[in-house]
Amino acid sequence: MAELYRRFGGGLATVFVGLVFLWLAGMVLAPNVMMIDYALRPNLPPAQVGGPDDVYSLDNILYLAKEGVHRAIFFKTVWASAFVAFATFVVCYPLAYWLAQHATPGQLGIALLALTIPFWINEVLRTLAWYILLAFRGPLNAALLGIGIIDQPVRWYGNAGVLAGMVYAYILFMLFPIYNSIESLEKAQIEAARDLGASTWRIHWRVVMPHAKAGIATGCVFTFMLAAGSYVAPALLGAPGSRWFTEIIYNWFFEGGDWNRGAAYALVLLVLCLVVVLATLKLARVNLTDVAK
Amino acid sequence: MIRADRISRFLFGLYLAAFFVYLFAPLTIMAAATFNTSRFPTVTPWQGTTLQWFAELARDRAMWQSVWTSLVVAFFVVLISLPIGTAAALILTSLHARARGFLYALMVSPLLTPGVVIGIATLVLWRQLGVGGGVFLIVVAQTSFIICYVMLMVAARLQRFDRTQEEAALSLGASKLMVFRRILLPFLRPALIAAAFLAVLQSIENYNTTLFVRGFETPLTVFIATKVRTGLTPAVNALALIMIAMTVLGAVAYEFVRRRQAAAGARTG
Repeated sequence: MAELYRRFGGGLATVFVGLVFLWLAGMVLAPNVMMIDYALRPNLPPAQVGGPDDVYSLDNILYLAKEGVHRAIFFKTVWASAFVAFATFVVCYPLAYWLAQHATPGQLGIALLALTIPFWINEVLRTLAWYILLAFRGPLNAALLGIGIIDQPVRWYGNAGVLAGMVYAYILFMLFPIYNSIESLEKAQIEAARDLGASTWRIHWRVVMPHAKAGIATGCVFTFMLAAGSYVAPALLGAPGSRWFTEIIYNWFFEGGDWNRGAAYALVLLVLCLVVVLATLKLARVNLTDVAK
Repeated sequence: MIRADRISRFLFGLYLAAFFVYLFAPLTIMAAATFNTSRFPTVTPWQGTTLQWFAELARDRAMWQSVWTSLVVAFFVVLISLPIGTAAALILTSLHARARGFLYALMVSPLLTPGVVIGIATLVLWRQLGVGGGVFLIVVAQTSFIICYVMLMVAARLQRFDRTQEEAALSLGASKLMVFRRILLPFLRPALIAAAFLAVLQSIENYNTTLFVRGFETPLTVFIATKVRTGLTPAVNALALIMIAMTVLGAVAYEFVRRRQAAAGARTG
């Protein structure tokens, strides 16, 4: 800190410190502290706020544990998000490997451009595109009926739609970290494994994937977090039977009118994401500094 | 052996084709549906080619209102996030390793927080202060995590900064403020332009956070998502098509500037 003052002088350094304090304290820490405060207090009419009933308790969080429907949706969101991460990984891995190890510079340039363009486009529009594609009388059903794979239109909205939309939305978050980590793998290692008689599967399982562990972990963590916290895809591509945890939270705020319970649910989501992120990164021995790249 | 190789090559080609179809088919269909007369946006069946949906979009007052809201929000987000992000990057680079690790974790934490949680936390804090959802809260909530991107981009460029330039200017009698304005800021300019561009994009495209703090405002993404549920017509596709065209143009321009700077950097460095 002294270094900062020496370098920029008292006035400028104070402005910098003030701005960053405003951000971290006022816009990052204070809101989260207030959310925890909300989560631990009961929902009371204004007259009773601060009264004898206004005490801290875990009731709002325990409510989630007791309420069967919400609990089921919570666990479903967790495993479905993990599944989204896994599916995205399966879709991306071969391409990431090919780009990092086999593609010529020309192919690489074109592929990277083609990959980035859809992802400059905003998530709501990408989801809208899937909404149109998957409509009951939409192009996908028409095409499948035309080829004769199905003889009745399929209702895609629901779990299948949400999964397709989410995998699509998060491809890049998976592809780039894996690509970066495979890129640093020496070709000689793969050739050595092949010369020693390893099958393709074995080469990937024992050589490429262990080397790319950090990238794979980063990609999975980001995809999981984005999926668990997503609202657009389930809202647009879901069906009543495929509700997402974020939708329950939204309802507490804007339909149920119980902000305290909503805050408690949001807190559970936050803790879930932090635990998954930090635990996975720890297991894969990835540093937080490397993740943000 | 050679046959197996050919088969695997064929399979990989198939996968590659499927991947890029998966990537572009939804967007292509959405774009194409803009020109179909069908009231629900689709390409099957094709009922006739038309430009009527662009005209209908232009007449939609609510849409123009939402464009305006999004632009106002984006303007203030850039205005706030650039100075704070730059300050954060400068503080980070002048700290010792241990303190830096902690501060860094705190600074990138909004990126690891689900968007809905950022919106909710901002909403409950400001209700306590008597402020409800609206443009102000959208700006505050979005800024809190967009600063992270600015900070990371500025910090990346700072790593390549040659401190001797500052020392030379100081020993020639320049004030510290002048060194900052005339040497450091111009050096950071490319990163700041890129960060501003990214901030605008992030702000306009944000949905998860905005949804909770919007109050009675309807920014573009909320407008589109609401349309999907209350009556989707190809006018929304026309809007999507225009936004996609602008985004792609912007992205290409951004890429162009970045490459030119990278080339210039390679020459001087």
